[in-house]
Amino acid sequence: MWARALWLGLRAPLGGPRGFTSKTDLQGSGRITAEMIEHLERLALVDFGSREAVARLEKAIAFADRLRAVDTDGVEPMESVLEDRCLYLRSDNVVEGNCADELLQNSHRVVEEYFVAPPGNIPLPKLDEQEPFPHS
Amino acid sequence: MAAPVLRRGCRGRLWALACVDGGSCHGRGAPTGSPSNRIRGQSSVAQQPLHTAQKPRKGEHNWAAVVGLEIHAQISSNSKLFSGSQVRFSAPPNSLVSFFDASLPGTLPVLNRRCVEAAVMTGLALNCHINKKSLFDRKHYFYADLPAGYQITQQRLPIAVNGSLTYGVSAGKERGQVIPKTVRVKQIQLEQDSGKSLHDDLRSQTLIDLNRAEGQLRVDANISVHHPGEPLGVRTEVKNLNSIRFLAKAIDYEIQRQINELENGGEILNETRSFHEKLGCTVSMRDKEAKQDYRFMPEPNLPPLLLYDATSLPIGADPRQVIDIDQIRETLPELPSVTRERLVQQYGMLPEHSFTLLNEVGLLEFFQNVIKETRAEPKKVTSWVLNIFLGYLKQENLAVSESPVTPSALAELLDLLDSRTISSSAAKQVFEELWKREGKTPGQIVSEKQLELMQDRGALEQFCYSVMKDHPQVVMDVKKGNPRAINKLIGLVRKATLNRADPAVIKEILEKQLSS
Repeated sequence: MWARALWLGLRAPLGGPRGFTSKTDLQGSGRITAEMIEHLERLALVDFGSREAVARLEKAIAFADRLRAVDTDGVEPMESVLEDRCLYLRSDNVVEGNCADELLQNSHRVVEEYFVAPPGNIPLPKLDEQEPFPHS
Repeated sequence: MAAPVLRRGCRGRLWALACVDGGSCHGRGAPTGSPSNRIRGQSSVAQQPLHTAQKPRKGEHNWAAVVGLEIHAQISSNSKLFSGSQVRFSAPPNSLVSFFDASLPGTLPVLNRRCVEAAVMTGLALNCHINKKSLFDRKHYFYADLPAGYQITQQRLPIAVNGSLTYGVSAGKERGQVIPKTVRVKQIQLEQDSGKSLHDDLRSQTLIDLNRAEGQLRVDANISVHHPGEPLGVRTEVKNLNSIRFLAKAIDYEIQRQINELENGGEILNETRSFHEKLGCTVSMRDKEAKQDYRFMPEPNLPPLLLYDATSLPIGADPRQVIDIDQIRETLPELPSVTRERLVQQYGMLPEHSFTLLNEVGLLEFFQNVIKETRAEPKKVTSWVLNIFLGYLKQENLAVSESPVTPSALAELLDLLDSRTISSSAAKQVFEELWKREGKTPGQIVSEKQLELMQDRGALEQFCYSVMKDHPQVVMDVKKGNPRAINKLIGLVRKATLNRADPAVIKEILEKQLSS
């Protein structure tokens, strides 16, 4: 596990009053804790397998953090880069589907015409069960 | 709950939070900063058990339960919410799946116009404020039947908010007594459905079908309890409720479970539970994952959904690309609350009658057809339809469409009653005969069974006179002031006339003869 806690100057998340608040917010303490990393790994199924990866995360957050320098008082947050585009409305007609064979070819395992998956979500090993990571 | 027409599932889903009476609803576990609004639901008073608690007991013994419902209803459309695959029930697995539905990389969602119209219609029918701008978001979680790893939904700004629904609750000991109640609808949102998982425990695997046309109405309930005046309690979510009956049972059970737990000094965990139908209890569904963090983010592939009305319709726009709320409002049929109000105003019936008329499929139409063809008073028609006709239907568990008595037949019968050709009790007899499906009209039955009321007043006076002559003792009782004696005389006259005389007329004649 992480030998060192990482310190970061992080405040509230980006985004205006209508932005999402996520549990991955740092609560103002300014650190990415081991629990935080573990939480992120479970949520996103990424593997912060090395200190370098965590350092990269730290740099990414600091980079985004520079947006704080912009005064956004009274400015409506942007929804997405598409927000000025028109949302295309499709007519309610059947124009696709019927390609089960093609789709099932993508699957490692197939039973009749079903995709096969494990019985449930396979839980990640717990914090204390994990191998100490190699570069510590 | 009012739901849009349910037909073969669309991958699109309408999702409404309906709240019981009063406050707002339990939110759906969205990790937003603001606390979810709550509602005051029924109050149940818990008994105070005699025991020594370790923790000091809270002062009050009244409990208030708060219930919020999340209703998942499938939209009736030809194709899916975000793809052109067909919506159909019972198709071979994965046959109604496009590349987008299978979440292949590079595919994009394309919004189905019909689904938006359905959502607007539902919002209007439920008195919601329609958001002219609504947004799509991604809700992330991992499960095999969600190949993209996220579901497109409308978390931040849904298409409709702040609605309400008035409904009737049968209450009181009298049959047909209905109390109107109002439930608030927090929001209505469009969202994708996940696929279907079939669990094969034998081979320890799950089979995935991405067709997504379940064709069901699904409800999750959020429940908490608290003492009135105190902050709201921790809520639990009960899932997998597939019928109204189990929904009611699960909620009742969970309210009681929470009360018991808290009264015994325990605490309620914010968790998901499922309802065990056979045992009639809720069980925790907690697995190893802690609380879900859905990491909501804007759906980057869908711009905001803009709706217009008559005043804001852009000039020269392609009508296929523009949705006019006012136009959709005009296509709405008369809503139940409006129909009920109209029935009360037009026919002078009680509100509970209007509820009953609307709650039985085909009954309103039956009623209106009788009204059209009969001269009888609307109140008479109401009474006959709701009491006698409906009573016979219920006794044999028949739908209105299966009724042996047609509106015309009942109308004819009521005309005979109205013209005083037959008495009320004779009418009931005729109705019973009609129910036998022997193909006779009311007129025919009346003649066959000689049920016509005597029209000859002179003959009736003669009957009264002879009955009084034959029963001097009863006459004496009447003259002494015994109120029930007159009824005995009336009964005797009725028998003598083979029930072909109107009791009210008999009474009138007797009284006249007695006083002379």
